[in-house]
Amino acid sequence: MTTLTTTAASPGMRRRAASFLHRHAGVRLSLLLSAPLAWLGLAYLGALAALLVTAFWSTDVFTGDVVKVFTWANFTDLVTGEVYRTVALRSLGVAAAVTLIDLVVAFPMAFAMAKLASPRAQRWLVIAVLTPLWASYLVKAYAWRVMLSSDGVLGWGYGLTATVVTLSYLWLPYMILPIYAGLERLPDSLLDAAGDLGARGWRTFRTVVWPLTFPAAVAGSIFTFSLSLGDYITVKIVGGKTQLIGNVVYDNIGAANNLPFAAAVATVPVVIMLVYLAAVRRTGALENL
Amino acid sequence: MNLSRTARTLLRAALVAGLAVIYVPLAVVLLNSFNSDRTFSWPPAGFTLRWWGAAWDSAGLRDALWTSVQAGLGATAIALVLGTMAAFAVQRYRFFGRETVSLVIVLPIALPGIVTGIALSNTFHTVLGLPLGLLTVIVGHATFCVVTVYNNVLARLRRMGLNLEEASADLGADTFTTFRLVTFPMMRSALLAGGLLAFALSFDEIIVTTFTAGAGVRTLPIWIFENLFRPNQAPVVNVVAAALILLSVIPIYLAQRLSGGDPQTR
Repeated sequence: MTTLTTTAASPGMRRRAASFLHRHAGVRLSLLLSAPLAWLGLAYLGALAALLVTAFWSTDVFTGDVVKVFTWANFTDLVTGEVYRTVALRSLGVAAAVTLIDLVVAFPMAFAMAKLASPRAQRWLVIAVLTPLWASYLVKAYAWRVMLSSDGVLGWGYGLTATVVTLSYLWLPYMILPIYAGLERLPDSLLDAAGDLGARGWRTFRTVVWPLTFPAAVAGSIFTFSLSLGDYITVKIVGGKTQLIGNVVYDNIGAANNLPFAAAVATVPVVIMLVYLAAVRRTGALENL
Repeated sequence: MNLSRTARTLLRAALVAGLAVIYVPLAVVLLNSFNSDRTFSWPPAGFTLRWWGAAWDSAGLRDALWTSVQAGLGATAIALVLGTMAAFAVQRYRFFGRETVSLVIVLPIALPGIVTGIALSNTFHTVLGLPLGLLTVIVGHATFCVVTVYNNVLARLRRMGLNLEEASADLGADTFTTFRLVTFPMMRSALLAGGLLAFALSFDEIIVTTFTAGAGVRTLPIWIFENLFRPNQAPVVNVVAAALILLSVIPIYLAQRLSGGDPQTR
């Protein structure tokens, strides 16, 4: 085999590589992990780290250049500035309101889908809830702009309420699907047992259904909360003059050309999300994602 | 179940009402695209196909669509390779930090888009000195698309088990042959489903795109957003929106076919 010409050498090479890989699981694993980890572990996490570092820099007032000297100034401005506190609290309020509205709307829908519909109907209902997820995000926000405009179908005008309504609409399927999956896993026999023991509808819900589907509802809330918290596009489309954290970040990069401050503001939703994730981890919600 | 008749009726009514709320806005956009009036007045003034023609003739729109397709295909290709590799590593091997790999892959989609967007643009721009353009858009999209392929391939590998691959090895096939003839064919539908989701995610993305696209690069969502506030472009935007609603049926149909009745979520 060793005397073969170069053209015939490649199958031999291939064979040897294959048997080498077969025998060395560690090499196989390193090869498999190399590219994904270089991309997401090094490049992406590195980019996030670089952003965090930038948050501690400042910009020169006259030239607009980034000054690479450590300072707490951005964070001090962020904490002491009343405007930013208001905007941060407003964003939190919007995220909480959207999550609550979605929960109240989604739960009965998911319950009817999982427990009242026939298996055949269930399949179609899941498709019906999924389909709007594929329709463009912008298109759906735009649809609400059309309906809310003063001469539109609803004609409520734009503002904070319009933002909450539109965001609730956008993320509703993300709440329905986990709750539906959670309810589907809940055996009907438990509901029957509660009934046999004398619990009526509301009591069964309070003592059996809700405690067992709570992790699924929290899983849904992670989507609705996180997606609302970082949004600035919907606010621009239907929010009128309303500002959320996302807009402050955006404006500081574009108009104000102050990347360090934008980076500092961007840590706010990240920290809120990390706290939220840490708080809900104990409920087992992360396994329901 | 011990639900009263009233409770059942109320729950069913809630489901019907909820679905109506989900679909009415989409229907309004569809209807409005045939509205002969320039503004979105209600009720529509009359029926016309003029705006569909205008949208078809718009060069800016066609360019944006082509850019979006290129970005989507590029990001999907990268996501397919990286997602499959990561899924194999996590599903088939036990190693230190295995849980962390999953977390890192989910992170780009769990963090607000604006954070990922400025982190990447900052790295391209200031750290690496790369000019922003289509390439940086593809890199940005690929970063958050990996998770869709990863999830689909991971689920498939979990169900597949190792029996067939071991049988193939016992029959004398080497690592590459086994992958080509046994593993890959069994994963094909999972790759298609994951790739489809990745493409859809990329096609619809606007926030990361805003920060990673240079001045000259305009994807379809960016084009829509730019023209959203221009009154004389409103009818054409309406047509694009309507077309996108109609087109969203295609991936749903494909995903249904691929998953054999097991609907895929994002």
